[in-house]
Amino acid sequence: MTPELLVKFSLLILFLPLFSFLILIFFGKRLSRQGDWLGTSILFLCLAFSSIILYYKLTVFPEAINYTFNWIDFGNVPLIGELKISLGLVVDNLSAIMLVVVSIVSSLVHLFSIGYMHGDIRYSRYFSYLGLFTFSMLIIVLTNNFFTMYVGWELVGLSSYLLIGHWYEKKSASNAAMKAFIVNRVGDIGMFAGIMILFYTFRTFGFNEIFSMISLGKIPMGSEAWLTAAGILIFCGAIGKSAQFPLHVWLPDAMEGPTPVSALIHAATMVAAGVYLVARTFPIMTADALMVIAYVGAITAFISATIAIAQNDIKKVLAYSTISQLGYMVMGLGVGAYTAGFFHLTTHAMFKAGLFLGSGSVIHAMHNALHHQKDHHTDPQDIRNMGGLGKKMKITFITFLIYTLAISGVPFTSGFLSKDEILAGTLAFGGLTGHYLIPIIGFLVAGLTAFYMFRVVIITFLGSPVDSHRFEHIHESPKTMTIPLIIFAALSFFIFFSFNPFGAASGWFFHAIERPEAIVPLTVQAADSTTFEEALHHSHTTAMILSLVVAGLGILLAFTTYKWKKINADALAEKFNPLYKFLLNKWYFDELYDKMVIGATIAFTSVLRWFDNNIIDGMVNGTASWTKAVIFGYTEHKKEKRYSSIIFILLGSVISITVAFYAGQWLWNEHSFITALLFAILSGALTFFFFWAGAGGFDKYVVDGMVNGIAYLSGFFGLMFRKFQTGKVQTYIVFVLFGIMVLFYIFR
Amino acid sequence: MNLVDILFYIFAIVTLVSAGITVYSRNIIYSAFSLLFTFCGVAGIYVLLNADFIAVAQILIYVGGILMLLVFGVMLTHKVINVEIKTGILNIIPGSMITAIVGGTLCGIFMSTDWLIIEGVPPIKSTTNEIGTMFMTKYLLPFEIASVVLLVALIGAAYIARRDKTSKQSV
Amino acid sequence: MQVGLTHYLFLSGILFAMGLYGVITRRNAILVLMGIELILNAANINFIAFSRYGGMQIDGQMIAVFVMILAAAEVAIALAIVLNIYKQFRTVNVDEINKLKE
Repeated sequence: MTPELLVKFSLLILFLPLFSFLILIFFGKRLSRQGDWLGTSILFLCLAFSSIILYYKLTVFPEAINYTFNWIDFGNVPLIGELKISLGLVVDNLSAIMLVVVSIVSSLVHLFSIGYMHGDIRYSRYFSYLGLFTFSMLIIVLTNNFFTMYVGWELVGLSSYLLIGHWYEKKSASNAAMKAFIVNRVGDIGMFAGIMILFYTFRTFGFNEIFSMISLGKIPMGSEAWLTAAGILIFCGAIGKSAQFPLHVWLPDAMEGPTPVSALIHAATMVAAGVYLVARTFPIMTADALMVIAYVGAITAFISATIAIAQNDIKKVLAYSTISQLGYMVMGLGVGAYTAGFFHLTTHAMFKAGLFLGSGSVIHAMHNALHHQKDHHTDPQDIRNMGGLGKKMKITFITFLIYTLAISGVPFTSGFLSKDEILAGTLAFGGLTGHYLIPIIGFLVAGLTAFYMFRVVIITFLGSPVDSHRFEHIHESPKTMTIPLIIFAALSFFIFFSFNPFGAASGWFFHAIERPEAIVPLTVQAADSTTFEEALHHSHTTAMILSLVVAGLGILLAFTTYKWKKINADALAEKFNPLYKFLLNKWYFDELYDKMVIGATIAFTSVLRWFDNNIIDGMVNGTASWTKAVIFGYTEHKKEKRYSSIIFILLGSVISITVAFYAGQWLWNEHSFITALLFAILSGALTFFFFWAGAGGFDKYVVDGMVNGIAYLSGFFGLMFRKFQTGKVQTYIVFVLFGIMVLFYIFR
Repeated sequence: MNLVDILFYIFAIVTLVSAGITVYSRNIIYSAFSLLFTFCGVAGIYVLLNADFIAVAQILIYVGGILMLLVFGVMLTHKVINVEIKTGILNIIPGSMITAIVGGTLCGIFMSTDWLIIEGVPPIKSTTNEIGTMFMTKYLLPFEIASVVLLVALIGAAYIARRDKTSKQSV
Repeated sequence: MQVGLTHYLFLSGILFAMGLYGVITRRNAILVLMGIELILNAANINFIAFSRYGGMQIDGQMIAVFVMILAAAEVAIALAIVLNIYKQFRTVNVDEINKLKE
């Protein structure tokens, strides 16, 4: 095993899903079973290769493997200098782990989809789009430069759009697809601007080249503020893709897509791409940029956790919990707990994909039961229509419970390890900088998460069935759907990440992923790793105890409210009605954007319209009417008051005669007779001109004469040139050639 | 006169004679077929000039593609069996004059110019390899644009030549 | 006389003139196209001759490849137009197609 072989393997992993996409999109319908076996087996092949890469990367090659080639060499461009674009890929611990995460989730989702999407009208197209998505996601994971990162970024946006709108006959689905695409664009513009700032300064897209130049002290425009701006702008891309506040509105709507898609794209991989981007570009983030990132993450985590409490759609709850957990990861990276943030990405990918697939299994069962009942009005995704499903769907229930324990941060699960590390990081951050709001939000959200997740579990799986007839028809899902659930449930235990259930720091993960050395100038550096590690070490036990307490409180509250009915949730909602409405309507973000963005656009366009109608048109019309008024006034004047014309003539003559007389006298005295005579003739002509002009002669002869002359001339030339216009192309060619020859012999 | 020179003259004569037939022949089918020999002769000239890839491309593109298209064009727009295949000529006198002037001027320039001839440059062993490398490096942008041009030409030709539903009755 | 650059240039010059003659004097649009092909071939011979004798190595050949690409595109479009003209006017004689004159 050599580094070159690893690069070849990763290229193979990258292009296999593309191959699956191409085959399925063109020939999918002709293959047996519409080609689902092809996409699934290719993904399992990818999983095998990624596991090999991860194993060898961790055991044999500690250094990052870079593979770069020149894509375009513009040479020496005028005004810019040397310009070339090189592309390439990097296999380091970060990308190797991410490779395995993506291929595990993608392959299991493929497997799950075989059961879930059975009988769909666009079955093969669905699988081909899954392949396209996996390919684009792997571009993001493997790239070593911003250029292909951006390409992959847009490609995952595209495939997400295609998959959300899979059932595009439904208006809400196609709208949700467009919303996701457009909201993502907003973030991408920021990312593009950030990349351009970096490219303008460094003339390269490569991560390594940019990092090494910054560490040598070269920063954009020579000011730290620009570096901060570039960092925050690149983070804007993550805000869009990872559904962070304020661009989080697209993710809940994206649940209109098929549930396995939600598991793959909108829970485990694509939305984690934003977190991955921040982790990749972590070295260039200044202290200010990291502060922004931490606060955005914290605000996102808090807002979406509160919204999740009031939602009744099972997928919406999971969507908001995803946003909240993504906020957690971003917050973790922002406070400097780099490893913890990325660790949470990995663990969260497993149990959140599992949660979505579990909800998919429930929805599938509900859908079948409702279909059996011929009931098309009841919403199969509403948890109030479920209840007691645990008795019928044993595997789904148990696995779902395991994921819920993991996400709530109960010990012995992977979620406990990662969440605990992030919370310890926030505590350390609070201690170092004094921003204690972030750890407070962190612990609050941990409690809220435990509460709303157990609310879903209790309402869905425990308790008594809502409709006993419907309950009769609920069945456990087929094997292709339960096997992925079991695998994800297994991966939600601590044992895969660390042998110590109460500290991940001793596990392989924390050895593989280390916080990169800060390279930004010292003045804008965040607290360096050693100081931070020290603080982290101190806050670790506190964080663990506190997080256990809040998680326990959340679970207890959920049980008292929904299981033992000690607290009446409905009455509480009635009592705090405005707050409940506020949460149910998602803090009115959609309405706010509707009013702010769309309303503002409409208002702005109406202002423009007013401007166009009144100012621009007014100017044009005014000019016209003014000219008209002047002309009409003049002609009226000419017609009616003949006298004034005479006065004009007389006055003109008097003035010119007087001037001529005095000037002539002066000339006679000072100069010669000839000069005076010439002047007299000139003034006489002037006088005559005034007479003539008064009589309209000027208009008639000079102006009209000029116009007629031009008309005659053009007519003359037209007639002359008409002889050459034979209408035959070849004659024209002869003329042109003749002209060229003449010019050649003139100028040679 | 060595062998290369003799080959040059053979190819030049083939090229020019068949080009002459192409241009002067009254029968359009004769023109099309003698154009075939012109293209092959030019391909031979390319080989003499150390451009083996271009020579093969010449045969493939011109003989295999363009000439076939032209023959198709002839077939589609003429009744082959009829006498109509003969076509007329126009403005012979100005045409011959201007052609003579242009050709004379060109040859005069070729004669009178003192060309900078760099001899002793070792010929490239495999132009195919070199051309491929150049396509991917120095000429990447023109290459991409050329591919777009070809695509547009493909779509445009199909669009222009397609039979409208409305004009179907009239044809 | 040793065959050199001038010989090739002469060949291309004569070929160019012949193509020009075809373009100018033939009535048939397809023959006009053939003339254009001859002109393009003449230009290509020039490029490759300079590439060989001018010490430019491969650049001249690259241009020749692009000329071929454009010739292919041109002939496809031109024949499509000729077919359309034939449908419209029932003739391909360029001198009879002078509607724009009226």
